[in-house]
Amino acid sequence: MSQALERIVVPILALLASAVLFGLLLAIYAQVDPLEAFALMYQGAFGSWFSWQNTLTRAAPLILTALCTALPARLGLVIIGNEGALVAGGVAAAAAGVAVASAPPLVVQVTMALAAMAVGGAWIALAGGLRQWRGVNETISSLLLTYIAIALMNHFVEGPLRDPSSLNKPSTFPIGDANMLGTIPGTDVHWGLVYGIVACLAIYVFQRFTTWGFAMEVIGGNPKTARMMGLDVGRYVLLACAAGGAAAGLAGMVEVAAVHGRANASLAVGYGYSGILVAFLARHHPLAIVPVAILLGGIGASGGLLQRRLDLPDAAVVVLQGIIFVAILASETFYGRLWKPKAAA
Amino acid sequence: MADRFTIGRRTLLGGAAGAAAFGLAGAANAQKPLVVGFIYVGPRDDYGYNQAHAEAAAILKKMAGVKVVEEEKVPETVAVEKSMESMINLDGATLMFPTSFGYFDPHMLKEAAKFPKVEFRHCGGLWTEGKHPKNTGSYFGYIDEAQYLSGIVAGSVSKSGKLGFVAAKPIPQVLRNINAFTLGAQSVNPKVTTQAIFTGDWSLPVKEAEATNSMVAQGVDVVTCHVDSPKVVIETAERAGIYTCGYHTNQAKLAPKGYLTGAEWNWEKIYVDMVEGMKKGQAPGNFVRGGLKEGYVRTSAYGPAVPAAVREKADAAKAAIVSGSLPIYKGALKDNKGNVVIPAGTSYVITEPKLESMNYLVEGVLGATS
Repeated sequence: MSQALERIVVPILALLASAVLFGLLLAIYAQVDPLEAFALMYQGAFGSWFSWQNTLTRAAPLILTALCTALPARLGLVIIGNEGALVAGGVAAAAAGVAVASAPPLVVQVTMALAAMAVGGAWIALAGGLRQWRGVNETISSLLLTYIAIALMNHFVEGPLRDPSSLNKPSTFPIGDANMLGTIPGTDVHWGLVYGIVACLAIYVFQRFTTWGFAMEVIGGNPKTARMMGLDVGRYVLLACAAGGAAAGLAGMVEVAAVHGRANASLAVGYGYSGILVAFLARHHPLAIVPVAILLGGIGASGGLLQRRLDLPDAAVVVLQGIIFVAILASETFYGRLWKPKAAA
Repeated sequence: MADRFTIGRRTLLGGAAGAAAFGLAGAANAQKPLVVGFIYVGPRDDYGYNQAHAEAAAILKKMAGVKVVEEEKVPETVAVEKSMESMINLDGATLMFPTSFGYFDPHMLKEAAKFPKVEFRHCGGLWTEGKHPKNTGSYFGYIDEAQYLSGIVAGSVSKSGKLGFVAAKPIPQVLRNINAFTLGAQSVNPKVTTQAIFTGDWSLPVKEAEATNSMVAQGVDVVTCHVDSPKVVIETAERAGIYTCGYHTNQAKLAPKGYLTGAEWNWEKIYVDMVEGMKKGQAPGNFVRGGLKEGYVRTSAYGPAVPAAVREKADAAKAAIVSGSLPIYKGALKDNKGNVVIPAGTSYVITEPKLESMNYLVEGVLGATS
């Protein structure tokens, strides 16, 4: 009981501490009334139906990219190549979508999703494979793979896949309006949100109720023990990395099929990096990823209002994100200390 | 990821000062003001593309009955759609200026369909009659005219005859600037060459500094650029003791010794015209273009290193461009692979549509478009 309570109370305390710190910074450094700022943030993020939709739209890609870090983390790996998998997936989706553009929309969309997941998955599996068989640090290799993915995207978008009519912003050919994903009925939010939530639920069930999920937890606990028990660690490492990469690749497909209608440099706007933050804040728990992504989406949605009404720089919300990140990481040390077993009894 | 968490002290101080000013100014609002929304892709104080717009927006703020709302660092994705909606829904904006090129399609077009009563004007010149809705439009300046004048000054002042151009991407807009700059320099010294280096993206400070330093090492003695923020290039060149020509806005403060002149936007002309029209109930123009003559672009005041004779030469060329007697692009013109791109006897006016899809570097430019 006390453990379950801690899991809720510690992050909430960390968030409150971040809010106090941020408020102090606003009051002292920027000379803005913190209460007014927080009221504006609430209004911009959750204060109306419009604000909610704004928040959810921003949260959608973060849910999928967060899984790219959270899934391998279950095995003790620290993957931060989310941005690269998203970009690679997005370019693959656009290429596949253009190739089959005349097929029925559902076929086009499924092809795009499969292509994006395959390429995104392979991208992160590469980092996992390098780790397993060549001993290369997966954090560094996945980060470097991101730079390669962005360079490749620029090459394809400005070269072989370029639509010659995209003069001053090189892009691939459009996939066509008929093939776009559209929005969830009655809202302004695209389907990426649903994909993300379904993926999180599916992964939760997989981790909680299957032997493969259990095997991954054992490996994350102690890979040597897992090997002695006869578990094929390499296979699980590749699987987790591929699944994580596929999720980020799918986020890239959503960007192409629901937002831009084509692939171009706007794929690399930092959703992958924000996804790392979401995964760590959610402590890599698939069900926690959704509310955390919504929280960060809300902070992003409220940033504009802070700029316009209080004349704060854009950096204000980035500072808040940074404070939250540090506070959550620091709060890890409180687990098991808030309630001593004796006191609880 | 590290740079996502850094915060410029200047940015924050500027924000604080602005916040104080806002508190004083936001007191009285008798009549319903015209709310104008500005969206920038980078920071407002970047000494470059975004600052050029923000300086013009600051002039609008001083107009009576006008309220300006701004957002900076808004990426060219769904975020800009939401920023526009937020300005319209929460602030009552009725005139939007999304200033970055990539905001147009699909983002601004999507919002324009959603809010038919709001006027959207985009910086970049993509609007096409019959294809795009009436409540949208675009405006742009022929800044290559100003680049040509920078080239005249650079070509006259250079001792080595080697000029440098740090550029983001080999897209038509950038190629026009490199070519105009080079042609201007060649008009005073036919032997001048321009070393072009493409960094690959609009804001890559480290690569921009590396490119500038490598040019200095090659003997280049005047450098200019087309990236979002010329700050790094100008400062690096000043430290190395070579001359610079600015871009987007005036960077003389960054290089008091070596700054020669620069090609600047003059967006205030367009913005003030459009806002005054809106207040009288006229919708802004759908396709607004102009160069030196219309006052949409201008050159920076000459720096101390520019001799009087050179100033006269550049001023004479400026007068000739304004009067229409000096076409920048005229035949016979070869690209740097030896192909004739403009045949002998042909000359293009600055509005020539063929120039909009320029895909070559002229003879005398060292570098490749791909």
